[in-house]
Amino acid sequence: MPDKDTNEEIKLNGIGASPGICIGKAYLVDKEGVEVVEKYFVNRNNLDSEIKRFKVAVKNAFNELRSIIENIPDEVRRHTGILETHVALLKDKMLYDKTIETIRNEGVNAEWALKKVVDDIKVMFHNISDAYLKERSDDIIHVSDRIIKFLIGSEDVNIGKIDKRVILVAKDLSPADASQIQLDKIMGFITDRGGKASHTSIIARTLEVPAVLGVGNATKTINNDDTIIIDGTSGIIIIHPSLQTLGEYKKLQTRHEEHKASLSRGSHLKAETLDGLSLQVMGNIELPEEVVSVLDHGGDGIGLYRTEFQYLTRNDFPGEDELFDKYKDVVEVMAPRPVTIRTLDINGDKAISSSNGSDEANPALGLRAIRYCLKRPDIFKTQLRAILRAAAFGNVRILFPMISSIDEIRDTKRLLNEAADSLKKEGKIYNKNIEFGIMIEVPSAVIMADVMAQEADFFSIGTNDLIQYTLAIDRGNREVAHLYHPFHPAILRMLKHVTDVGKEKGIKVFMCGEMAGDPFNVPVLLGLGMDELSMNPQSIPAVKNMIRSLKVEDARHFIKEALKQTTTMDVIKLVEASFGEMLRQ
Amino acid sequence: MNVNIKNDLGLHARAAAKIVNLVVHAKGKIWLIKDGEKVDASSIIDILSLGCSKGTEVTFEAESNTDFDLLRNIIILAENGFGE
Repeated sequence: MPDKDTNEEIKLNGIGASPGICIGKAYLVDKEGVEVVEKYFVNRNNLDSEIKRFKVAVKNAFNELRSIIENIPDEVRRHTGILETHVALLKDKMLYDKTIETIRNEGVNAEWALKKVVDDIKVMFHNISDAYLKERSDDIIHVSDRIIKFLIGSEDVNIGKIDKRVILVAKDLSPADASQIQLDKIMGFITDRGGKASHTSIIARTLEVPAVLGVGNATKTINNDDTIIIDGTSGIIIIHPSLQTLGEYKKLQTRHEEHKASLSRGSHLKAETLDGLSLQVMGNIELPEEVVSVLDHGGDGIGLYRTEFQYLTRNDFPGEDELFDKYKDVVEVMAPRPVTIRTLDINGDKAISSSNGSDEANPALGLRAIRYCLKRPDIFKTQLRAILRAAAFGNVRILFPMISSIDEIRDTKRLLNEAADSLKKEGKIYNKNIEFGIMIEVPSAVIMADVMAQEADFFSIGTNDLIQYTLAIDRGNREVAHLYHPFHPAILRMLKHVTDVGKEKGIKVFMCGEMAGDPFNVPVLLGLGMDELSMNPQSIPAVKNMIRSLKVEDARHFIKEALKQTTTMDVIKLVEASFGEMLRQ
Repeated sequence: MNVNIKNDLGLHARAAAKIVNLVVHAKGKIWLIKDGEKVDASSIIDILSLGCSKGTEVTFEAESNTDFDLLRNIIILAENGFGE
């Protein structure tokens, strides 16, 4: 541990995962993503009242759960089973009696005793091999969080009660953790693990706050309330900055804000090159609410609507009407602009709790996306029907993830036709006449692109997975994350192959991965001849601005040279040498 | 008494809660045993911690003879897949 009193300036390096600069106070969350629980000793004479405090918190949690259950409408009553179980867990002797025992025997506060008991339970569950049963420790954690909430009451430990914005420091944040924190209170993110394409980084960019991830030992070095500077553009954090450093970064911060403001003023102009070629610049969204952000930032449509969210936030599967309502919202607001709906793509770190999946050693190479959907046609068809119905209300394109062979396209088409036929039979309003696209994100799909083109109306290149699978790099692994780069010559050649096939077969080629959202990559993408780029809404202004400052003629000439390079570094150098001036603007 | 867990999801939280609801009425202790590991069947968490997936053979044991009927009810519940 560094000495807390000296407050010497400390500089740490990580991966700049979301650009920008912020200066603020650190707020640590422990590895589970919940607040740090404070430990203190309770005077022997006060132990009874500490135990009483615990009992009252459990009672309050009990009452809260009961009222939640009672207020659930009858038609969804079947879902209350798990809440009833939570009620029973509140008084479970392993939790309730053990916590009281720990308070009494160790003379510690109730929060700490409960945390200790729950940690022990977690260890017990860790050794269970059945994946579903193993995850049931989540139920116990939920219950304990509910008790903790009542124990802490109005104290400032709960992030929901924090009255100022903070810099969140954590070992790692899973999607589930992220959904628990109040995001509007976060001015920046620092994590020990994770890389540029991790979930935390996506959240940070969506919120337009800076993030430095994969720092390694941030949680060990930083203490609560430390003053910290995050420079998300260069991947640096500074703890206890000196007055001089603070001054420098305040200037940088102002310049960054001004630059951002100037970009957004031009965001509604067309993305047309100096020599008159226009590109469609679209937004990626996950929630229907984000369409506003896409429109605000000047997006020409939705290039990627991720549909996992409705599946991840619950224990069962969403019904057709519920999905339809959400899709229709997006489609109607965006009409006549296109909305590209990608079907369910569950991957490694987003396992669905309601699908009793077996423990996969290698989820990224396992049962995910289209493979999962084809194995569960019941779940798949529910979504397909919802999409076909929403298509009657605007301009919908359907996009299928993780296609690796032509058979999958054919099977998918058959199911799509069956879904349409069933809607017809039921007399429902739907539109079957929509563009059918596939994600190009598996190397086999790149190599077979000419064959795939016969069955698809468009390709959308998902660079995150394509790079990961091609270079055999887990981008969440900080040991190898630095090797992950879209300018690897192998990636450039693959992209070239896909765009060449697109031109030859007369089908459009889009890109919706992270690569599309970085202005630095625009000369390459323009040179390759992408028809459409889709990105986080916040990146749209900068990318449009970059397109407007280039000539497609130059980009085409440049790509020929770029494809001759043999290393990632050589490609980067060539981009800097050819377009550096524009990129530094 | 032995029983084979039939549920697809194994002996999960809701099923465990149903067992506990019966066990609270027992006169003596009721034990759940899997592969020699023995836990208190009056605790959902204890039951879950055994990790009884589908197809697991488990044993329920009562310390008191008067709990025989109760034990039989637990077995019937398990054989019916905990009403799922």
